[in-house]
Amino acid sequence: MATLEIHALRKRFGSLEILKGIDISLEQGGFLVLVGPSGCGKSTLLNTIAGLESITSGEILIGGQAVNELHPSKRDIAMVFQSYALYPNMSVAENMAFGMEMRRVPKPEREKAVAAVAKTLQIEHLLDRRPSQLSGGQRQRVAMGRALVRQPRVFLFDEPLSNLDAKLRVDMRVEIKRLHQETGTTIVYVTHDQIEAMTLATKIAVLKDGELQQVGTPAEVYNTPNNLFVADFMGSPAMNLIEGKIVRSNGVASILLDRTEHEPIVIPAPPSMNPGQLTEGTKVIFGIRPEAVNDRESIDRNAKQIATFDGKVEIVEPAGSDTFVVTRVAGKELTARMRADADVRVGESHAFAFNLDKAVLFDPQTTRRI
Amino acid sequence: MSTTTAAAVAPVVRTPRRNWRDRVRDQLPKLVLAPSFALVLFFVYGFNLWTLLLSFTNSKAFSNLNFIGWANYEKLWNWTFQYDPPSNWYTAVVNMGIFGALYVIFCLFLGLMLAILLDQKIRGEGILRPLYLYPLALSFIVTGTAWKLFLDPRIGLEKAVHDLGWTGFHFDWVVNPRMMIYCVAIAGIWQTSGFVMAMFLAALRGIDSEILKAAQMDGASAYATYRRIVIPIMRPVFMSALIILTHMAIKSYDLVLSVTGKNPGGAAELPSTFMYSYTFTRNQMAVGSTSAVIMLMTIAAIMVPYLYSELREKA
Amino acid sequence: MSVVNSLVAAPSRQLTRHSMMTRVVIYGLLILFAIIYLLPLVVMVLTSLKPLQEVTGGNMFWLPHHLTFEPWTKAWGTACVGLTCSGIKGYFWNSIKMVVPAVVISSLLGALNGYVLTKWRFPGHKLVFGMMLFACFIPFQSILIPMATILGKLGAFGRMLQDTIGVTLGFGNPTVNLVLVHVVYGLGFTTLFFRNYYETFPTELIKAAQIDGASFFQIFRRILLPNSAPIFIVTVIYQFTNIWNDFLFGATFAAGASSPMTVALYNIVNTSTGVIEYNVNMAAAIIAAAPTLIVYVVAGRYFVRGLMAGAVKG
Repeated sequence: MATLEIHALRKRFGSLEILKGIDISLEQGGFLVLVGPSGCGKSTLLNTIAGLESITSGEILIGGQAVNELHPSKRDIAMVFQSYALYPNMSVAENMAFGMEMRRVPKPEREKAVAAVAKTLQIEHLLDRRPSQLSGGQRQRVAMGRALVRQPRVFLFDEPLSNLDAKLRVDMRVEIKRLHQETGTTIVYVTHDQIEAMTLATKIAVLKDGELQQVGTPAEVYNTPNNLFVADFMGSPAMNLIEGKIVRSNGVASILLDRTEHEPIVIPAPPSMNPGQLTEGTKVIFGIRPEAVNDRESIDRNAKQIATFDGKVEIVEPAGSDTFVVTRVAGKELTARMRADADVRVGESHAFAFNLDKAVLFDPQTTRRI
Repeated sequence: MSTTTAAAVAPVVRTPRRNWRDRVRDQLPKLVLAPSFALVLFFVYGFNLWTLLLSFTNSKAFSNLNFIGWANYEKLWNWTFQYDPPSNWYTAVVNMGIFGALYVIFCLFLGLMLAILLDQKIRGEGILRPLYLYPLALSFIVTGTAWKLFLDPRIGLEKAVHDLGWTGFHFDWVVNPRMMIYCVAIAGIWQTSGFVMAMFLAALRGIDSEILKAAQMDGASAYATYRRIVIPIMRPVFMSALIILTHMAIKSYDLVLSVTGKNPGGAAELPSTFMYSYTFTRNQMAVGSTSAVIMLMTIAAIMVPYLYSELREKA
Repeated sequence: MSVVNSLVAAPSRQLTRHSMMTRVVIYGLLILFAIIYLLPLVVMVLTSLKPLQEVTGGNMFWLPHHLTFEPWTKAWGTACVGLTCSGIKGYFWNSIKMVVPAVVISSLLGALNGYVLTKWRFPGHKLVFGMMLFACFIPFQSILIPMATILGKLGAFGRMLQDTIGVTLGFGNPTVNLVLVHVVYGLGFTTLFFRNYYETFPTELIKAAQIDGASFFQIFRRILLPNSAPIFIVTVIYQFTNIWNDFLFGATFAAGASSPMTVALYNIVNTSTGVIEYNVNMAAAIIAAAPTLIVYVVAGRYFVRGLMAGAVKG
């Protein structure tokens, strides 16, 4: 039995449909990340799970129990907010104990629970302080502590790291992951940062305009995106998406990527494509991530299929650990990720190679993966 | 040192000599601010010092410089406890206490209550809110005139209630010397509570909505949320309102005059009216100055720490 | 987001009956207080439209049986203020003559002061601002005597000028005196408003203009002023309301024929001779209150902003 199940969830606001039929399930101990651009509905979805917003139709089950009609405090969940939402007039200990107070848990029990959680999060020395006296990272931990104390079935996180600076964000991300591994809690986490999604999740749900684009493990979403949106959204730098068309010669179908001032790149069509898609002139979109584009020497030797070509280098970006090299194919920029000490010069021709094992194809009409 | 090196050196740039015109231009900001600051220094601080000076003299109808030390203050101090028969100053101080306390407490209470009520997602807030606030646009004289009529026993409230059938109803406070000050308080509360409401409403709306969501998730009822979280968060606004109200109460002059109409018998005497009558009517300028200084000191005792803390917080 | 907004989110059946009753109580209280706030004004208007017998013989809440505007014409043209009986129209104009210059001058000075205090900071600017700010809060009783003395001296100077060169140049003119007083004691507030407003105005714009070679006044005129409409409206409304409604200064420094509206109103209402003409008094009061009320109705939003700015910020 999954800890969290969402069936056909829809939410309308007046004439506007914000969530258009969401189906997700999350097993016990899983870490589900809802990710997508601003306005995609991920925070709304989280709020409906929490009960802070109502739903128009559908079902939400936590631990097998339908919770649609229940008040947030009765759903056996806890939430960590983007601004942490710590009560400014109470001490850390009082903040953490407030929920229990509202449920009339007797004082000795409250104190014990707070002490235990404070120990886990190493915030014992902060218990008497006010939120205004804490740093950003400390407030984060207190917010998590307030949630932990509840011992809920599901934890909800609403973009908890957005307010932190870059370095602190990385540190806290590691903390959250460690917390998850040590306590085995079930977590639903909202973020717009796809790196956070990749590093933290056991399951990623990509949302756009209230619709699920893809639900899968990080690897699935990264390597086999369902459509162009997911392909473009996940990964940084973004996947190269190049327009190409099918050409046939001697009964063999290939994908042709046009180039100005150069010969086109011809790639054998993968066997997974069905014959209906292989007619001459059919347009496809060729997707390949920068790390799968390299020099001939550095390309992955274990790759089963490689395509090589010469390209003129337009831009070279040394980024410390890698060098990003940009060339132009079919009128668009193609980014390759090469080793830091790659010998590349702007304006010169360079020998590139595609690792076709990692390539994906999309139908430009439906934007879906072929 | 070779000559070629000297030739290769760039010519020294001379800074143009600064003349008076440049100096003026540099000081222009301060020069622009100076007249206003000078006006304030003279007309506010200078005048306060002047009044302070006068309080140490025995000026009567005209100011003189016969210093008599703390005698005027001693006189007022004694008068503060002279209650049988009550001295004017005693009446003024007692009335200040009554009026001030009622004014502040009820304005705070009403303002908070109305703000909380308006915060409950009310329809028609656009009409209600301006209704509570409009009295502030009125002069205190207009307010007092209106309430003097409204509370008049012969043609106002008492008469209206009699007409409704309750003939035993008595409400002659506005002509009863002992109760006049309460009428002044009623008029004042009516006028200013809308302002307090506006302050509290703005503060309520400024509370981070995520805190309210967290309270909801913690299972707090509406009552618990207000009592344990919302009202404590609003403590700074409480302080601001308290201080502003106290300061307004101390300065009240127009309101007393217009509600009581020339203050018969001095029953509704307040320090402000005391100062005025002793200075301009009784020709005891020094005593009047003394009372003015006491008013000033009281206000300063409240405002200065408040202003200091507010200014210090700003970067 | 209101507290209740967050509380009624979950569609629970348990909320319906309880919340209905709560809503009734809430609306009931609000409407009750709305009535209480309106009553005095309503009574004033009703009384001003009744002949005197109806006022003294009747109930203040009754609608007029014989609707009449005579109290109004009387208040405007023939009511007795002190010894002269030509209504309050003259005093109405006195107020206008006094208010307009006072508002304009104090607002402009406040704008300049705010500009200097925020964009041309100098060591001690906080102290200067603090001192000007404190000036907002003094009880006016503490400056009445010195001001009376000084104004007296200015009057004497004016009379001397009159004797020597034939004109007083405004010295000793009560209206001029009042303008001076209101400007001086309004500076604190106007400076406060503009200072807080310009504080949030991007300094980079000033710096860019400086690089472009603009002078102190050019920056003020071409960059700050055009973008200051909201705070000007707030300041003007605040000053207009305060100065128009003032009584203490008017009564002390401009008694007699040159007194402003509020003083005239007070005198009309409190003439101790003969029969009290309540209806005329109320008409006069409404006329006195009309300008600020109209401003409030038209520009209430800015009115409130002015109050907040003066109160909440320090």
